[in-house]
Amino acid sequence: MKKLLIATALVAASGAAQAQDVVRLGTEGAYPPYNFINDAGQVAGFERELGDELCKRAELTCEWTTNDWDSIIPNLQSGNYDVIIAGMSITPEREEVVSFSQGYLPPSASAYLALSADADLTSGPVAAQTGTIQASFVAENGMQLVEYATPEETVAAVKNGEAVAVLADKDYLAPMAAESGGSLVLLEREEIIGGGIGLAFRKSDDELRAKFDAAIKSMKCDGTLDAMIVKPEYFGPESNVWGDAGKEGC
Amino acid sequence: MFAACADPKSLEGLSWLFCYLTSAKHVGFYWSFLTVLLLLAITAPASLGMGFLGATAARSHIAPVSWLGKIYIWMVRGVPDIIFFLFFVIALDQGIEYVKSLVVCDGGAWPWQGMEFRVCPAAKVPLAKSGPFWHQAYGFLLAVITFAIVFGAFTANVIYGAMNAVPRAQLETAEAYGMSRGQVFRRILIPQMWVYALPGLGNLWMILIKATPLLFLLGVKDIVYYARELGGSKTQAYEYPHGDWRLWYFLGLMVFYLVFTRISEIGIAKLTRRLSHGQATAGGEALRKAAA
Repeated sequence: MKKLLIATALVAASGAAQAQDVVRLGTEGAYPPYNFINDAGQVAGFERELGDELCKRAELTCEWTTNDWDSIIPNLQSGNYDVIIAGMSITPEREEVVSFSQGYLPPSASAYLALSADADLTSGPVAAQTGTIQASFVAENGMQLVEYATPEETVAAVKNGEAVAVLADKDYLAPMAAESGGSLVLLEREEIIGGGIGLAFRKSDDELRAKFDAAIKSMKCDGTLDAMIVKPEYFGPESNVWGDAGKEGC
Repeated sequence: MFAACADPKSLEGLSWLFCYLTSAKHVGFYWSFLTVLLLLAITAPASLGMGFLGATAARSHIAPVSWLGKIYIWMVRGVPDIIFFLFFVIALDQGIEYVKSLVVCDGGAWPWQGMEFRVCPAAKVPLAKSGPFWHQAYGFLLAVITFAIVFGAFTANVIYGAMNAVPRAQLETAEAYGMSRGQVFRRILIPQMWVYALPGLGNLWMILIKATPLLFLLGVKDIVYYARELGGSKTQAYEYPHGDWRLWYFLGLMVFYLVFTRISEIGIAKLTRRLSHGQATAGGEALRKAAA
């Protein structure tokens, strides 16, 4: 095994000069409809289609990889991939460590999912995924926060009563409520947090960021981005789109 | 995979289950068992080698070598595994890329810039253009090295203790026959120490088997990752929607680990019996009496 690897490393090293560089896209793969691993074992979802289209427009060769949400920023900085495309909201805290492209999804609502519509959010802990804007929101607004590493676990926590509700992007929670047969419901209360969702890059990677920025802008200009957002398998016709605001400066 | 599975949402009952269990993701799950077994097959001898080197160094008559061995054992045993797996692996990875960058990059800029680590694209290991297989293989290699270092330290301590447990009289007799220090070590000490080391090594093997889920920290998709990913509830966005089935997947893993550790226990017991033959221990004495 080791010999094989060393041999390959040498072959790879010698072939490096002439090859076109590949841009590695890092995602979480556990947050449908944004991104998930489908039954074929491939990255799928809105961000898969978007990422492939952006790479096509920017004339880049892209490769997908998945990484735990917990360590998704450190591994970007360490150079394991070049772009984070994982439903990451643009926030001032994150902008201190990474640089964001312009948003590709406008700010959307976060919703609470609970066992009943009259769940009291102050009666017990509220679940959220570690390191998300929703987790910060819960902590800052006088609710008791309980964090989980994956989105899946936050919902499971509500089902088994560890948390009274989970706060996450509404687009993630809505299908869960719809398919639960009434055992899970969305609360009426919703929160608007975050400044939209963008791609994250290393701060030193302005050149790559500019390429993706241009690609996102071109998708906003010709309306393909909005058309992609409202696809029923992604966010549906009622979701926020860029509309005319996205076409400014085209 | 199968033509009959082209439209999973129209399937029901057993044929649904059959298609579900043969989806590409499940095939990945089945392969990950081999990944884990392969990791064990490589890591166990590698740790044993590291442990042997560590113990021999710690016993050395040359002071700096002895210090090196003892510091290795003491440091690695004292640091929690998870820190080792998070910190050391990143450092190792960046170290490899830094060394490579000295060879293949021009300019030689210092790669650690603030929070970021930057080397020229040609110095990446594996290269960005390498397929996913190579990224997995590289993660796997890092895992083997890390496991070997961590478990090597524990193994070194076990072997160090076992070497000291060999009765002094045995070594003295060998010396009286005129054997050199090296000959005593090779002919007397090593063959006799295994029976003292085996209980400790057996324990480490069991712990190693159960430590394989740490693989996922290194980005290698192991069986626990797949069990969590496959078992999680799936909405209609997936081809095979289902509820939270993690319990079933984890029960499956439990059976796998129990069977595997049971087989190991039987193997270790047999080995202990074999190594005890003719030894000056209670186990050896019992075997002698039973035969007589």
